[in-house]
Amino acid sequence: MEGLTGLSIIFIALCYGAFALFLAVFLAKVYGYAVTPSPLKIPTTPAPTTALGVAGRMAGEVLFFTSLFKGNKWTWLGGYLFHLALAAVLLRHLRYFLDPVPLPVAFMTYPGLEPGVWAGVVMVAALGYLFVRRLWVDRVKYISIFADYFVLALIGLIGLTGILMKFFIRTDVEAVKEFTLGLATLHPANIPAEPMFIIHLLLVLALMVYFPFSKLMHLGGIFFSPTRTQVDDCRETRHVNPWAKN
Amino acid sequence: MAKLNFEVEELTGEIKIPAINPGATAHVKPNPSKDEHNTALGFPGGLVENWEAKAVEKMGELLGKYKSLRVFMDSCVRCGSCTDKCHYFIGTGDPNNMPVARQELMRKVYRRNFNPGGKLLGALAGAEDMSQSVMDQWNSYFHQCSQCRRCSVYCPYGIDTAEVSMAAREIMNSVGIGQKYCNEILGKVTTVGNNLGLQKAALANTLEFLEEDVEEETGHAVKFPLDVKGADVLLIAPSADFFSSPHIEGLTGYAKVFHEAGVSWTISSYASEFANFGMFIGSFDTMQTVAKRIRDAAIELGVKRIIVGECGHAWRVAYSFWHTLIGPWDFLDPKYQTPTHIAEFTLDLIQRGGLKLDKSANDERVVTFHDSCNVARASRMGDMPGGQFEIPRAVIRAVCNNFVEMDENTIREFTYCCGGGGGLLTDELMEIRVKGVSPRAQALHEVMERKGVNTMAAICAICKAQFTKVLPEYGFDMEVVASLHQLVSDAIILGGKPGV
Repeated sequence: MEGLTGLSIIFIALCYGAFALFLAVFLAKVYGYAVTPSPLKIPTTPAPTTALGVAGRMAGEVLFFTSLFKGNKWTWLGGYLFHLALAAVLLRHLRYFLDPVPLPVAFMTYPGLEPGVWAGVVMVAALGYLFVRRLWVDRVKYISIFADYFVLALIGLIGLTGILMKFFIRTDVEAVKEFTLGLATLHPANIPAEPMFIIHLLLVLALMVYFPFSKLMHLGGIFFSPTRTQVDDCRETRHVNPWAKN
Repeated sequence: MAKLNFEVEELTGEIKIPAINPGATAHVKPNPSKDEHNTALGFPGGLVENWEAKAVEKMGELLGKYKSLRVFMDSCVRCGSCTDKCHYFIGTGDPNNMPVARQELMRKVYRRNFNPGGKLLGALAGAEDMSQSVMDQWNSYFHQCSQCRRCSVYCPYGIDTAEVSMAAREIMNSVGIGQKYCNEILGKVTTVGNNLGLQKAALANTLEFLEEDVEEETGHAVKFPLDVKGADVLLIAPSADFFSSPHIEGLTGYAKVFHEAGVSWTISSYASEFANFGMFIGSFDTMQTVAKRIRDAAIELGVKRIIVGECGHAWRVAYSFWHTLIGPWDFLDPKYQTPTHIAEFTLDLIQRGGLKLDKSANDERVVTFHDSCNVARASRMGDMPGGQFEIPRAVIRAVCNNFVEMDENTIREFTYCCGGGGGLLTDELMEIRVKGVSPRAQALHEVMERKGVNTMAAICAICKAQFTKVLPEYGFDMEVVASLHQLVSDAIILGGKPGV
């Protein structure tokens, strides 16, 4: 703890605290999904008749949002772009936690190309589109609650502050990496006292804490949705309801 | 026909997504069950004391018993993919008939009681306490869901509103708020053996009458056996098949198929019902009690296999749930798949050359096929995924020369519910039934205009009953609705082949 400023100690505690809370609640929720029984077979049919087939169905859902594609092409476009861009942005951010930086992560900062940065721009644009769509389509406006706008705005602001730091209010990336790598290696270092970075970080911590209590749990839920994960082998294999009385 | 106090959509052949019209069908509610209907099923007779807390407690219990409910309560992001997919929304414009909004009626109570954000922030987090006004919404809108699963096809997380409405109905029953139609019928099926309350003597009369009728018409002694011990096949048909048109023509079709196949078969007076409304009210125990009669009858009669008739939700219960509810099938011949759908049996017989058919008998018909929701999205036939679409169509093509499809967004996995499923086939819900059939009515109208369709075949007792009742409100002739096995029946040349 020697040489750490008061501000750093506060932020180090916040970072570890938020991450621990996120991880604990997220895992507890997922554990809950995993252990809650499925009394009956309820795959939405036609459904695969083998486990391998289900893996394929799930890969389609997770990697390409196949059901959403069936449902609404415009929502799919916005949602898919956002998630793809988010993945690229997260990949790029791994460079702050890994040393040496692995190749796929390094590619995201390829000089002159900067795919990770442009992904950030796409991500914010997609969020803006999704936000406007909520107000635009009467049906979607009706079902939208405060939390829906809130989370779009929160992630949007995280993206915006990130873009600001890249293009307008430059941050000492070396100092940031020292701090983040320190967190990752459990050898905490001082936080760079730069307002834009601190705002960016605070928003990320807020998202982390908010995440497992919110609809963002779809990240875990999608892997446990019985209508998609169950094999259609109802006649061939007897499915047992563990809480059936008879 | 009674005059309707609401407007019926004009037939254009186009399915239009309406603008939202809040509260449009808030007034549509089921009749409450009498106390004895509830108590017979083990539910409290009337509204229990402190029901708000008890309802929440029951929700907690169900969250621990159903992975589906638990995952679905958390995962919805309100993306809106489902918002224009429900036939009741399309027919009414009532935003609470958008699947996500229907789910939110439960989710807001879930957040209030099972999510720290909802507990802390209340309305800001979209959370609300259970109250009389919430319960009024539940009673209206969870009885404006036919559990057809169309929304779940389009949901990125596979959220199935049917699971949510089943849970809601179970919660309502647990605090003494029952739906008369379902609970009264469940009382009959668990005591008399069928939904109609048809006693053994009446059933025997009907079957005898049918035998005479078929013999008079065809000159062949086609049997409709009842309670025959030692028969090979137990036929479980929806009781509507014993009662009204076009169901009864379907039953005649099954009998002719069995006759030609040369198999010994029987109907059971003890288990004279294929329907299982236990599913509609979300009660595993009730569903099991109803299904158990079939197991008991099969054992009592000593049959080798069970073949089932044309009924959509019942095929879901049979195909997807029976093995869990009343299996294992150690008392049946393992050579056969249990259960077997009559369409599977008939097609197999046709493919093995066991039926002599005269397709021209159906030449006056131009046939289209309505995929029943529960068959399409909650079951299978045959060995391949999608067999539930192909097998009935293959049967139709084998017995009819003229078959055409309706719009591809209204068939197969995208099929629209008839509007009467899920325990809504009751007069007080007529407004929602008439409005709910509108997407199907438009798709049917389109092929009637463009392709000269005059027959829509169905394989579900509820579809048939609903269509014959509500399609006339749009100006269709009720004769347009046919049983799949009615078409088979008309094309069979009796005595044409020895049994295979």
